[in-house]
Amino acid sequence: MIGAELADQMARALADASDVTTLRLLEAGAFPQAAWDALDALGLGAALVPEARGGAGLGFADVMQLLEALGRAGAPVPLAEGIGAAALLAAAGIEPPPGVLTFAAAGATIPWGRHAAHVVLVDGVRVTLHAAGSLRWAHGSNIAREARDTPTVTGVPLAEGMLPNAWGSDAARALTAMLRSAQIAGALQAALALAVDHANTRKQFGRPIGRFQAVQQQLAVFAAEASAASVAASAAARAADARGLADATFEIGCAKVTAGEAAAKGAAIAHQVLAAMGITEEHALHHLTRRLWSWREEGGSERFWSARIGALVQSAPGPLWTFLTSRDQEPSA
Amino acid sequence: MTGLRFDLRDPPPGAAALRAEVRAFLAEHERAWTPEVRARSWMGFDRTFTRAVGARGWIGMCWPREYGGAERSFLERNIVLEEMLAAGAPVGAHWIGDRQSGPLILRLGTEAQREKFLPGIARGELAFCIGLSEPDSGSDLASLRTRADRVGGGWLLNGRKIWTTFGHLCDWMIALVRTSPAPEGGSRHQGLSQVLVDLRAPGVSIRPIRDLVGEEGFNEITFDDVRLPEDALVGQEGAGWAQATSELAFERSGPDRYMSSHPLLEAGLDALRADAAAAPALGREVARLWTLRAMSTAIAGMLQDGADPVRQAALVKDLGNDFEQALPGAMRALRDVEAMPEPMRRMHDYLTQITPTFSLRGGTREIMRGIIARELGLR
Repeated sequence: MIGAELADQMARALADASDVTTLRLLEAGAFPQAAWDALDALGLGAALVPEARGGAGLGFADVMQLLEALGRAGAPVPLAEGIGAAALLAAAGIEPPPGVLTFAAAGATIPWGRHAAHVVLVDGVRVTLHAAGSLRWAHGSNIAREARDTPTVTGVPLAEGMLPNAWGSDAARALTAMLRSAQIAGALQAALALAVDHANTRKQFGRPIGRFQAVQQQLAVFAAEASAASVAASAAARAADARGLADATFEIGCAKVTAGEAAAKGAAIAHQVLAAMGITEEHALHHLTRRLWSWREEGGSERFWSARIGALVQSAPGPLWTFLTSRDQEPSA
Repeated sequence: MTGLRFDLRDPPPGAAALRAEVRAFLAEHERAWTPEVRARSWMGFDRTFTRAVGARGWIGMCWPREYGGAERSFLERNIVLEEMLAAGAPVGAHWIGDRQSGPLILRLGTEAQREKFLPGIARGELAFCIGLSEPDSGSDLASLRTRADRVGGGWLLNGRKIWTTFGHLCDWMIALVRTSPAPEGGSRHQGLSQVLVDLRAPGVSIRPIRDLVGEEGFNEITFDDVRLPEDALVGQEGAGWAQATSELAFERSGPDRYMSSHPLLEAGLDALRADAAAAPALGREVARLWTLRAMSTAIAGMLQDGADPVRQAALVKDLGNDFEQALPGAMRALRDVEAMPEPMRRMHDYLTQITPTFSLRGGTREIMRGIIARELGLR
């Protein structure tokens, strides 16, 4: 399976090129150039770009495991942003430029903006490509201290194009929701691994705390939530592959709601199990949990998507069940 | 954590047509169902309805034709189950035979056992129940004490099973019993066997137990020197524990582990269609339902491929039970019970009382989480 192979490749490259120090430096404002160079060399940024345009021609579902692997490492490089931006450019008929690339809906803050060479802005169906240096930047960050910068557009874009109908008029948000759902699934896996490892080594009352059922049961809940987030992200990606992004916003929204809830529950349990040590700056856990708390807000929160989904099912005629099953993908004969 | 992998699958070819067929069938029957029948879901026992389902070939539908099956795929069966539960159909008279007893007999039974039982189950004529819990053995099932001792040409069954759903209405039980003592210092899982018990045999006495709703859903069944024939044994003598636990992925991952309250969600959506303030809360439930369905369907696909996703099944059961159990509360948060339309209120009231069973039946929440914790390397 191509998705698993890519994810393995990516996980190995990430393990070689980055660690918790990379995240510390990143959060202090330094761009991890070496890690980026190593990851960029794999050519994964063009994963979703059609082969005819020089990309790998993969589908959304193919890159979900790769994005989970990125999330497990705390996303030390803007690869999710690059993959999304290149896909948007290609869809709008624009050649993706080399180097660090990011995207956002017009008016939204831009992930990694200050570190990017080029920026893709999506305003409805209009896609514009800008040299990052041509924009005036106001720096900001989320609570994971990831760069979330606000540009002022001055001058003309390097290129512009229109998204086809299949991408819809809210493509940047939907795409961000899908990318972040998968990253959340990955970050949950990594935080769970830290919590399980701690539970198996930290001793109290003469035994590892993981031997206590109260702790076991909490970690089981954590594992279930992590699995739910992962399955939901992949299922949404499959819907997007089958029907296009615009007609998969229901599934993408469901996945983001699930991922957002899982992020909150998982982070809370991880911190409970790791106790005071997990709160220290020295411990790696907070790099993951602060990302979980941040990513659940990006591309639409649980509240945002729940409201959309609720309104959609309220207005769909007939039973909810008819609506749900009408969205099943029948394989083409 | 390889035991927690899920492989997603597309629906089988012809899925929409099969759904339409089941829906048309249900439309003919559902007018007769009260809100309580719908809320009872797969705990509703209706032999007439079950025979009608059997006549359509939707019981034992994955089994070979020679035993009354339809040789359909596991994913096709999953579609039928989903549709039945979505409508709140009273499927209890065949649910256990279709889900567990039939597949067990097909897999491990003798040729004579297959011929004797499977066509009857598939026609909806033979209702099965499962004899596991005993007065002193619940989650610690291996401590069970009901015994089948070898006597000339058969077995002599003594002991007691309890909480057996529909025991008083069923024809046969497959009971897990001790056929030889646990070896000294060895595993208590040894020496257990699965036996077929005719619930009308002399020595079987059934005492229905009234539940908190005021209904008689479960029972205490006493076996007092019940003579079982030689061929009452299913599978291998002494291998009962492994046989019973090998069915768990089938038992725990189906739509019956997250859709038990579904008719209430439908009624809630109907009542709250025009209530814009209810949209986020409704959307949240729908998002969760969608995710659970993706997980459960993934397991159906893995089962079809011959995998044994027993840990994933425990995980989906745990998440699914939480969801179906919380639904009455979620609806109540959106509309005062007194202001609910009558069918919705009646479903709400029924489910409020019965939802605590969801995380008990088929293995408790604590047991499910223990299975997941073991997979995580914590036990």
